[in-house]
Amino acid sequence: MARLTPESGTSLTAGPRPLADPDGIRTPGALGAEGTLTARPTSLWRDGVRRLRRNRLAMAGGAVIVLLCLVAIFADVLAPLPYTKTNFGRLNEAPSRLYPLGTDQLGRDLLSRMIYGARVSMLVGLGAQLIVVAIGVPIGALSGYVGGRTDIILTRFIDVMYAFPQLLFVILVMSMLGAGLMNIFIAIGLTGWVGIARQTRAQVLSIKQKEYVEGARALGSRAGRLLFRHVLPNALTPIVVAVTFGIPQAIFTEAALSFIGVGINPPTPSWGQMVGEGQQYIRSYWHLCVFPSIAIAVTMLAFTFFGDGVRDALDPKMK
Amino acid sequence: MLHYAIARMLWFVPTLLAMALVTFLVMHATPGSPLDPVAEGANPLSPEAQKALAAYYGLDKPLWQQFAIFITKAVRGDFGFSFVYKTRTVAEILRETFPISLLLGSMALVLAVAGGLTLGILAAIHQNRGWDYVSVCLATVGVAVPNFVLAVFLIIIFSFMLPLFPTGGWDSPRDWVLPTVTLALAPMGIIARFTRASMLEVIRADFTLTARAKGLAEGPVIFKHALKNALIPVITLLGPLFAAVGTGSFFVESIFRVPGMGRFFVLSMTGRDYPMIMAVVLTYGVFLAIMNLVVDLAYGALDPRIRY
Repeated sequence: MARLTPESGTSLTAGPRPLADPDGIRTPGALGAEGTLTARPTSLWRDGVRRLRRNRLAMAGGAVIVLLCLVAIFADVLAPLPYTKTNFGRLNEAPSRLYPLGTDQLGRDLLSRMIYGARVSMLVGLGAQLIVVAIGVPIGALSGYVGGRTDIILTRFIDVMYAFPQLLFVILVMSMLGAGLMNIFIAIGLTGWVGIARQTRAQVLSIKQKEYVEGARALGSRAGRLLFRHVLPNALTPIVVAVTFGIPQAIFTEAALSFIGVGINPPTPSWGQMVGEGQQYIRSYWHLCVFPSIAIAVTMLAFTFFGDGVRDALDPKMK
Repeated sequence: MLHYAIARMLWFVPTLLAMALVTFLVMHATPGSPLDPVAEGANPLSPEAQKALAAYYGLDKPLWQQFAIFITKAVRGDFGFSFVYKTRTVAEILRETFPISLLLGSMALVLAVAGGLTLGILAAIHQNRGWDYVSVCLATVGVAVPNFVLAVFLIIIFSFMLPLFPTGGWDSPRDWVLPTVTLALAPMGIIARFTRASMLEVIRADFTLTARAKGLAEGPVIFKHALKNALIPVITLLGPLFAAVGTGSFFVESIFRVPGMGRFFVLSMTGRDYPMIMAVVLTYGVFLAIMNLVVDLAYGALDPRIRY
């Protein structure tokens, strides 16, 4: 039941054929000589990068993200003091020369704690997405590719999971596992794969009916090769976009969990936890929660702008 | 339509059962049991006492029976006693706190819909001009920044710098303003984004052109012809919005010290009050599932183009 689509029916051996080119950026010669298409299999990504570079807001977001990553990696070098170093003589002190962002309830340097907090946020953002992809993509691909009863069972399962508000589920899982970085990975992984599985399934469903897949199958490709060489590479765009938006989502989840007190275990600092603890003293010591709040806001905005840019660059139709 | 509605309602039951099962299993897999002594490091109870307690709580029965009992009780709204507030049942606490959360949530939702629609329409009419930027900015901040962070900024601005509203509490309508606004910002942003996109599409549609061509003033064109059609896709948003407002209220209620269900939930998390956690999760789950169902059915009823 292969549907005829405008871009199918040209070359049967083209392999992972790049997606449509709505901007007409690709050279006009590509249409004339079919052979050049296989010679430039990365052009979708190259075009994407070019479009992304032109998007100033997205580049600003990207710059902030790079900066945050650097801060996270070199936290040990950058932080003026260890994040556990207490100074009971100077509790809840407002920003000063010695403590640029002030001190917290235990006299710890807020700046140092914020720097280490970046490490937690970045780690959760990237690590949790790895798990989400590792669970979601195979399940979605299997469901869409195999079809039949497997698909029905998996889809029903996905639907039930989808009905559960994610944050509620994460909180529930965290209450079972207890606080801790590893458990946050597990909780987000267990609950976050649903969206990506849905995306992957929908993509695989539509791509496996394309003629180039049928062509490859006719030429004798095995199921595995078909899936990994022909179907999945073409299903990648929405997955990449979903991951870009999943990262801030995970960072938000960690911050929210730590805010309630079921996220990161103290004394490891996390921005959400610092806001949660600091907001109780907002009237007397505003700096305790304001600086971590700014950090969270800036991080979330940076990822949102970057994600919007990636989406627009990779698939202008989704805009 | 009727067929679809019935099918959806039938699916409702297994979804709720699955939710209850997940909640139940998670709670059971949690380390620690009511048979342990309350004080940490105390001597364990004698085997006889443990057995008696297990029989009292029904913990000696097989797991599936416990689940069946849990379900039959939960359907009647009986979740047992709270672990933290030992003299009060969970149902009592919920009866007290749910109306407050409902009031806060409804106000936030009304504000979000009204504000979001206004911003979205303004942005679409003035595409790529002043209002559009204001609207897009507000929407992006509302969507991207977590509400507990927004709450901090709002308190700093509207309680400290301009002492207009109190930092928390729930006694007078003045106390309601900041929590409602905080809770409304995220859904407002989502609605504004969607309305804008949907309006832009409709404004360029042929029937809008026709309406203009026959000499209608701009007002009727926008409100009678464009908005009516632009609103239909926005309705699908209401389902996720209920979820956003529901889970958002945990944080907003904690920060602004609103004595609602969300704040109790957060307190019960730190106190590991399992009956309370289960009850709140299920209450939210049921509430959201019902809202999703209503939204889906309303969508089908409002848009004549949709056939199930």
